[in-house]
Amino acid sequence: MNADSSIIRVNDLKKSFGDIQVLKGINTEIKRGEVVVVIGPSGSGKSTFLRTLNLLEEPTDGTITFEDVDITNPKTNINLHRQKMGMVFQQFNLFPHMTVLNNMTLAPIKLLKLSKQDAEARALELLDKVGLRDRADAYPSQLSGGQKQRVAIVRALAMNPDVMLFDEPTSALDPEMVGEVLDVMKGLAKDGMTMVVVTHEMGFAKEVADRVIFIDEGIIMEDAPPAEFFGNPKNERLKTFLSKVL
Amino acid sequence: MGILTFENWLQSAPEWIHSIPEWLQNLFFQLYQTFIYQDRWKFFTDGLKITFIVTIGALILGIIIGLIIAIIRTTHDNSKRKPFFLLRFLNWFSNVYLTVIRGTPMMVQLLIMGFVIMVPKSDSGMIVCGIVTLGINSGAYVAEIARSGIMSINIGQTEAGRSLGLSYAQTMWHIIIPQAIKNILPALGNEMITLLKDTSLVSVIALRDVTKQAQNIVSKTYQAYIPYISLALIYLVIVIILTKLLGMLERRLRKSER
Repeated sequence: MNADSSIIRVNDLKKSFGDIQVLKGINTEIKRGEVVVVIGPSGSGKSTFLRTLNLLEEPTDGTITFEDVDITNPKTNINLHRQKMGMVFQQFNLFPHMTVLNNMTLAPIKLLKLSKQDAEARALELLDKVGLRDRADAYPSQLSGGQKQRVAIVRALAMNPDVMLFDEPTSALDPEMVGEVLDVMKGLAKDGMTMVVVTHEMGFAKEVADRVIFIDEGIIMEDAPPAEFFGNPKNERLKTFLSKVL
Repeated sequence: MGILTFENWLQSAPEWIHSIPEWLQNLFFQLYQTFIYQDRWKFFTDGLKITFIVTIGALILGIIIGLIIAIIRTTHDNSKRKPFFLLRFLNWFSNVYLTVIRGTPMMVQLLIMGFVIMVPKSDSGMIVCGIVTLGINSGAYVAEIARSGIMSINIGQTEAGRSLGLSYAQTMWHIIIPQAIKNILPALGNEMITLLKDTSLVSVIALRDVTKQAQNIVSKTYQAYIPYISLALIYLVIVIILTKLLGMLERRLRKSER
């Protein structure tokens, strides 16, 4: 497992909803430790792309290889591989009937077979890192949006994933709470976590990403390091897009 | 003491009874022969025991059946690929069950269970028969309640559970069902109240529930007024208490959503 080895390989990925083809053949590779930011206009298929990576959307065609296993093969036990792919949603999706601590310990106890004490100790450690240790016994409804998203991130981290997928993690937040979530994500990137982030936060992409991918009309239109991506975009559609958002 | 009549009751009654109006004397006499004479209040308490046992048993059975049917139907409807054979069969079976149970009267179901299918001979056999029949009946209604409860949970909850690596069953059990139950609690409470009142039908399979016992008293006293009014009051009081308890439970469960 050297640092350059690829962790996810996507080969000719296609996805249709009924008659509408959303992804029209995506090819890319995510390397271990890499932070890849995916941007694109709404309806471009970027969220669908992210959600196919852990098979929340089943691809219509093509393959996804995660840690050298073809997870699109129906014989693969996807539950096992999802344990290694943390996911953070736009709408947080915390479990409202559980405390923050129970949100974080459910999966580690059930799947990693950790003891309750070990799982809780680890959860508290993670909460400490994001400054929410004192909210361990709170229910999600008692938290602010930014706090909810930070809990959602550490809930995914509690499973010790090899890659973290972020689906517009700051889009549902009030502007003053975006920073606290991005700070957590920056910290993660600094610690060497492999991350795929769908976002509209161009600042985050410029500062943190190793690579930025532009998806539009279901294909990758540009794939470049941030300096080149923002400084010298080649694709016409990307130029138009950037002129609108920057 | 011989046969109890109004006259010989009046003779043995305390002095103050003689000084009240006759209609009131009559009322006291009826109360006496319904509840006190030969310890007849025991008819009601014995009947209530049966009523409670059948209600609770049928409720538990109904919730179990209802949840299973609801899970089968939602799993079937939610599967993205063509569901495998067993699931399609179970879904078909569930639909037949719902159609038959909701399409026939409870009384008829009791008669068929009591005299065609189970034909219980002992007292405990009759109780089991009552529980099974009412449970199967209630299950059909709970199934629809539970299905709407499961569907009311945001899809994001399932996705969050599955993305952590939990299986479909684990996600259902730990994440969806607890929230669904909380959402359907008022409807389940109504179902319990309906069930309690429906137990009055079990007298047709000779189960001595509180309704049957009231009928027994009427057949002894030839007075319907006090036994049946008392019976109605008994049901009413229990329903009011249950409604209050459910309200309290609901408020407790809602605490996590402050």
